Amino acid sequence: MTLPLASFLQDHDFIQVLYIVSFGLFIYGMSGLTGPRTAVRGNRIAAAGMALAVIATLLDPRMGNWGLIALGLVIGAAVGVPAARNVRMTAMPQMVALFNGVGGGAVALISWVEFRNTQGFAHTPTYVAVFSLFAAIVGSVSFWGSNIAFGKLQELIPGRPITLGRAQQLVNGALAAAAIGLAAAIVAGGHSQALIIGVLLCAAVLGNFVVLPIGGADMPVVISLLNAFTGLSAAATGVALNNPALIVAGMIVGASGTILTNLMAVAMNRSVPAIVAGGFGGGGVTAGAAGPGEHAGTVRSTSASDAAIQMAYARQVVVVPGYGMAVAQAQHAVREMAKVLEDRGVQVKYAIHPVAGRMPGHMNVLLAEADVPYEQLKEMDDVNPEFPRTDVALVIGANDVTNPAANSNPDSPIFGMPILNVNESQSVIVLKRSMNPGFAGIDNELYYDPKTAMLFGDAKASVDDITAELQAL
Amino acid sequence: MLVTNLTILVLAGFVGFAVISKVPNTLHTPLMSGTNAIHGIVLLGGLLLIGLSGNGFVNKLLLVIAIAFGTINIVGGFLVTDRMLEMFKRKPEPPPASDGDASAAGQPSETAR
Repeated sequence: MTLPLASFLQDHDFIQVLYIVSFGLFIYGMSGLTGPRTAVRGNRIAAAGMALAVIATLLDPRMGNWGLIALGLVIGAAVGVPAARNVRMTAMPQMVALFNGVGGGAVALISWVEFRNTQGFAHTPTYVAVFSLFAAIVGSVSFWGSNIAFGKLQELIPGRPITLGRAQQLVNGALAAAAIGLAAAIVAGGHSQALIIGVLLCAAVLGNFVVLPIGGADMPVVISLLNAFTGLSAAATGVALNNPALIVAGMIVGASGTILTNLMAVAMNRSVPAIVAGGFGGGGVTAGAAGPGEHAGTVRSTSASDAAIQMAYARQVVVVPGYGMAVAQAQHAVREMAKVLEDRGVQVKYAIHPVAGRMPGHMNVLLAEADVPYEQLKEMDDVNPEFPRTDVALVIGANDVTNPAANSNPDSPIFGMPILNVNESQSVIVLKRSMNPGFAGIDNELYYDPKTAMLFGDAKASVDDITAELQAL
Repeated sequence: MLVTNLTILVLAGFVGFAVISKVPNTLHTPLMSGTNAIHGIVLLGGLLLIGLSGNGFVNKLLLVIAIAFGTINIVGGFLVTDRMLEMFKRKPEPPPASDGDASAAGQPSETAR
């Protein structure tokens, strides 16, 4: 009961009860996310829990510095509200990365101030120092890592992996060791301000170095991982400040981030450490084994009118969207085309690979924005048995997740990755800007398959053309 | 206190896993941005520190930034999640236009609220 930062609150049982109610609302709200119907309400319940937690904190009779509190809240709202209202759905991954980053930054700053307030954690229990410093390191890594992820997704920084080569792992290891070493010096009794600044700096550089080498296609894993980190750092801050609401909220986020990270890694058939150690495109790996020139097969290109005729007389068309659809903002055009097809009696479904796009569930959000019915969005395991019964698979800006080499070519760097078995359908139409390989830098055998036809051009323009042709039929 | 807090930490971890693992793939983006908003709760740490012991210019400056960061995280996160989830809930209706402008389609639900 003698914690310097938290003991004030301890005798206010009422405030503690409010905290308990608020984390109850978080858990209840999040369980609403299990279905699209209850999800909106769930999110609002969680938001209400958050408002309650903030009010409970401000209820403390000893609260002061109201002007500064108001200043911080107003600045935050002035930045956050317009950003959230105006962001385009295609830009959602970078928005989430940015929000995640500022959360991590707040954690790191709070740990820093705690250090200053307590003169280097003098006269505080050791565990407070340990948890605070853990939060400082992870929060700082998360802040800088998220900013780099934002920069890559926003294309302020090249999406290709930027690495120091072989030295990268050594440097990263040294930085992590330095951050932990400095933190240990603080726990051991060091009170110099330079120590905490050193911890934060090492962690900051580490955050940059961890994310810079990661290629665009691995972003879903990175964003999930950073999300988990920020959650855990919030939980650690909660232990240090002795605040149950912070602990529970942080752990929920940590759990969610961990689950998503795992799902993404499994969907790419790669281990999380391997992804963090360096991106796909990094060394080109064994991509040379299937270099572009090696294919004897030729690529057949088609026109919008041929594609329209093919689909108009199909029984079932499966749309396979990828990041290219997001880039071209083609989701509304796709929905428009699907409606024309449905009016003609064609059954339309959407096959969503877990890592399509740049964050978990990215494609689902875009298609939901375009009013595609929830029931038509099919997950990989549900849709794969459907491909043999599918007349036309329409691949829009997806590449690696459709590459049959993942099933058939043990030399391929993506061998073993679960894919959408597009090549099992009766015919395939691929909308693509050019023959450039995807982010993994691997040639896609699908394009040389005799039943595949390529329609080159901007995805949105191509889909619009097909729709126009369909309407003219 | 440490033992109590660690108990809460471990139990919350299991509850988190149990709840979150039921979320379908389709809703993973809103899940991520929603949980993202929740970890903005570090705002409380900033409020407690500045309100109960905020002294000195540097501390105040750092904490105001921390509070602003936390608020961006919370407000932005919940709003953006709400926008996304509204789209999932919406009944299929004639889309506004095939101009593909993402923000235009997001607009009606915004003003409706």
